[in-house]
Amino acid sequence: MGKLNGKTAIVTGASRGIGAEIAKYLAKEGARVIVNYSGSQSKAEEVVKEIEAFGGEALAVQASVSDADSVTALISATMEHFGSIDILVNNAGITRDNLIMRMKENEWDDVINTNLKGVFLCTKAVTRQMMKQRAGRIVNIASIVGVSGNAGQANYVAAKAGVIGLTKTTAKELASRNINVNAIAPGFISTEMTADLPEEVKAQMLTQIPLAKLGNPEDVAKAVIFLASDDSNYITGQTLHVDGGMVM
Amino acid sequence: MTTVVERVTKVVVDRLGVDESEVKLEASFRDDLGADSLDVVELVMEFEDEFDMEISDEDAEKIGTVGDAVTYIESKQG
Repeated sequence: MGKLNGKTAIVTGASRGIGAEIAKYLAKEGARVIVNYSGSQSKAEEVVKEIEAFGGEALAVQASVSDADSVTALISATMEHFGSIDILVNNAGITRDNLIMRMKENEWDDVINTNLKGVFLCTKAVTRQMMKQRAGRIVNIASIVGVSGNAGQANYVAAKAGVIGLTKTTAKELASRNINVNAIAPGFISTEMTADLPEEVKAQMLTQIPLAKLGNPEDVAKAVIFLASDDSNYITGQTLHVDGGMVM
Repeated sequence: MTTVVERVTKVVVDRLGVDESEVKLEASFRDDLGADSLDVVELVMEFEDEFDMEISDEDAEKIGTVGDAVTYIESKQG
């Protein structure tokens, strides 16, 4: 028996990286998973196939989280196929790194729209169903840089810090309806997003991590399972650092 | 055929757990019937289901009393 049998979960930005791993772990625990993607349809279909290969249930649904109509369609598709929404994992995120002095307005806007506004829109859209159900879990994937700051990522950091504040507010607004809302702040996780960094940057980052190694997407996925399951019934509004001790 | 007033009253009684006699047209959901802001949002959602209609956020903000709800629903059903 999985911890999430009979539950329906939506994972935004689930075609690769941390999101894909989260989708697979949720499915392994018995949840039916909506694998949302923005552009990478074939990768999202691969994730669905992997899930089906071990007997799980999943469906790939295209939606741009920064567009309200698109998000509404995502929720409708979920209700149509699975009939409930028990877990929302706001994972979709992009980077457009630049120093503030060089950052273009559209680099700022794109990141804020996907990484922060997207969380707001998806949260708003699932709230109605979760309130009716008198139950729900929302897990927002923030970032440790949203707590610590990071040179060259003003847009990303602002969005992630915003997600942490949004998490606390959503938790307070929905607590009386038995909807728990928490955030996870991953540190340096080994994904495509971090693979491109120069070796010396990676070496430098490792010196900042007490556990002296990179995290894996599954480290984040396991934390999501915890926050999505009954194991965390008495936890809401928190930000769980999954960062090897980088920020304490 | 039950009237709009009767159906609205039933939704309010079920949702807020108040006595039917308290649900008068002039009763304010918040001030008289003990609803908090989230309760009002939920009531509007229940009205949408009960009467199979969509109530926009702008319109929902104008619904403060039982009478407001009845008037709004009747105007949309015309």
